[in-house]
Amino acid sequence: MQFTLDKATRGQSLTIDLLPSGVIKSQLIRFGIMEGEKVTCLDRLVGGTVILQKKRLEIALGCDLAKSIMVTDEK
Amino acid sequence: MRSERANSKTNDTEQELEELILVEKKTKSLVLVGNPNVGKSLIFNYLSGMYAEVSNFPGTTVSITSANYKDYQLYDTPGIYGVSSFNDEERVARDIILDGDVILNVVNALNLERDLFLTLQLIDMGKRVSVILNMMDEVKKKKLRIDTKKLSEILGVNIYETSAIKKIGFEKLDEAIKSAKVGRQDKPIQPAVGGLKEIYEVVKVKSHSLLILEGDKELTKQYLLNYHNDDLREEIYINRRNRVNEIVDLTESEDTKQGIFFSKLGRLCLNPVSGIPILILVLALIYFFVGDLISQRLVNYTENTIGKNYFEYWTKTFISKYTSVDITAKILNDNNEVIDQKTFHFPNGIDSDHIIYQSFKNFSVNRNNEKSFHFYHPIPSFFFGEFGVITMTLTYLIFLLLPLVIAFYFSLALLEDSGYLPRLAALVDKSFTKIGLNGRAIIPIILGFGCVTMATITTRILGTEREKSIATAILQFTIPCSAQLAVIAVLLSGAGLKAILIYSFVILLVMILTSTILNKIIPGQSSPLLLDLPPMRIPQLNNVFKKTYYRTIGFMKEATPWFFVGAAGIGLMQLTGILEIWHEVLKPFTVQLLQLPKEAATAFVMGMIRRDFGAAGLFELDLTAEQIVIALITITLFVPCIASFVIMLKERGWKQGLIVWSGTWIFAFLIGGLVSHIII
Repeated sequence: MQFTLDKATRGQSLTIDLLPSGVIKSQLIRFGIMEGEKVTCLDRLVGGTVILQKKRLEIALGCDLAKSIMVTDEK
Repeated sequence: MRSERANSKTNDTEQELEELILVEKKTKSLVLVGNPNVGKSLIFNYLSGMYAEVSNFPGTTVSITSANYKDYQLYDTPGIYGVSSFNDEERVARDIILDGDVILNVVNALNLERDLFLTLQLIDMGKRVSVILNMMDEVKKKKLRIDTKKLSEILGVNIYETSAIKKIGFEKLDEAIKSAKVGRQDKPIQPAVGGLKEIYEVVKVKSHSLLILEGDKELTKQYLLNYHNDDLREEIYINRRNRVNEIVDLTESEDTKQGIFFSKLGRLCLNPVSGIPILILVLALIYFFVGDLISQRLVNYTENTIGKNYFEYWTKTFISKYTSVDITAKILNDNNEVIDQKTFHFPNGIDSDHIIYQSFKNFSVNRNNEKSFHFYHPIPSFFFGEFGVITMTLTYLIFLLLPLVIAFYFSLALLEDSGYLPRLAALVDKSFTKIGLNGRAIIPIILGFGCVTMATITTRILGTEREKSIATAILQFTIPCSAQLAVIAVLLSGAGLKAILIYSFVILLVMILTSTILNKIIPGQSSPLLLDLPPMRIPQLNNVFKKTYYRTIGFMKEATPWFFVGAAGIGLMQLTGILEIWHEVLKPFTVQLLQLPKEAATAFVMGMIRRDFGAAGLFELDLTAEQIVIALITITLFVPCIASFVIMLKERGWKQGLIVWSGTWIFAFLIGGLVSHIII
């Protein structure tokens, strides 16, 4: 099922489908958050801030940013 | 101690930076480059024998520290994830890297996935690189395995394993510098070949050409090129990212799953159910340590007993031997109320009249008392009287501020080192977006409680000019710095819980209103939060103490001259009668509007020089609990100190700086007056 990242729940394994364009996309790519990449949603805070995990890297994404990223649930 | 204060060169403008590079270009430059929080500063400290600050959160070093090391000029750069110009830190680091002869790329071995992107980019730029693979002790502890030999083969550069905290592997740093070489560059992706060649023909420098190809706007402009392609940058980045993933798959293996205590704690800090109680616990601990233990118990002793009863009393008594003086002794009961009072006259100094001196001693001996000296002549009065340049300044600086500032910097250093702050940033992100900032802004704001001047510089870590403006306004307007906070804590805790609550409520409300209004009126949009969370760890006490020490020294150095200047200014104003005129001029505001004694105006003069100095001026007045609250609210909102005002002008420009500065005058009195008429 495809949805925006801010809707993810804790512990979910996700595949990144679509990133917003512009400089922010390059910054996400540097962190290894690319289209087609698999990540884990480590946590979703109240208000929609999402913490993604890729190996030992933990990255916090603000709610508005999370809203602009499309992901698919692994299942 | 091995370290000494680094010859820190804070480069505020690109121009200064260029000049710095030009001047020092005669020697070869050696640049430490790495992601945030990988141990660059520890290596810098080791090589230079000097001190550069070490933190456990991204985005605090926005300046370059440099030193001599053997034949090299050594540079420590802010932590970056890649060489580009997405923010101020990257711009500063980029310029130093482009001019660097040898790059020591410090890599966190626990985070190859993240760090190798920068490594590959440095290699692709054609720089001479050696990789310092740091935190190898942690790698072993976590049962990770990294095939360093293979990694070195793939990258085409030498790799040296270290654990910077324990200084293991540091003996090989020299070899690392000498053996730095150009690594194996990426097989160029097709559309890039033509582009890179084309650019290279004009630019003639490999590293510059690559960054231009990757869409670095400033460099492109520098060469007067008309070239920009965001898609190409993405393509190159994706390609590089994929190479990183491949390299990590080939060289790293994990024996156990992680999930130990600290990553759990890190998660607990984020979860609102446990995160908010943790936040409250952290704040409560800081309060009990700084607000209660230090500012009440210790400072009470240092300021009143050591400072007033011993230091000032002895100094004043000594001076009184040689000059005419009246000494008033007030006897106090247990509630510090005056129960008896007597003035003794010594027109020829205290040594000349033993009988009166004896009766003065008998009057106050073994009783809780307060003595005040009134010198007849203006000169002893100027140096040792009520606002004595020597007596008052030293008591404030050494016996009041010093313990408080140490305590505050110590707490701040613990917080920074633990890795808690970025988690706090994630936790507060949603609330901050409502006021036009993102969670990252919590970092300058928390630092502001240490020193507003320093925090104003740190607003550079924020993504847009808009956010910088909002954060600067909040800092300059509502955030009391540690020194002022210290004085506020002492006065407020004396005034009771209700006073603390009213004060905090009003200041918080003003902060929210200010930023909400600015968010509405400043055009544009704020940048989203994208923050790397470093692992939680037990703070390295050694590092915490060092940081506290250097920051305290730095603070005292900066504050001391201003305190003397301020005290001298006030002293002169008092002697010449200007102070009295100023009291009368401000009387409609202080007396009618704020309902304070007219002498409170002195605090506002002092407050223009230093905020804490202003608040300290309130000590001299006899205020009720309500008046304390009003005076503190006004002085908190009142103009920032000279140092932070100057920095604000530099960072935000004349127009904005002056608007904020004059705004603080109007709103401080307006809000103070409003509260005054509500609570009194």
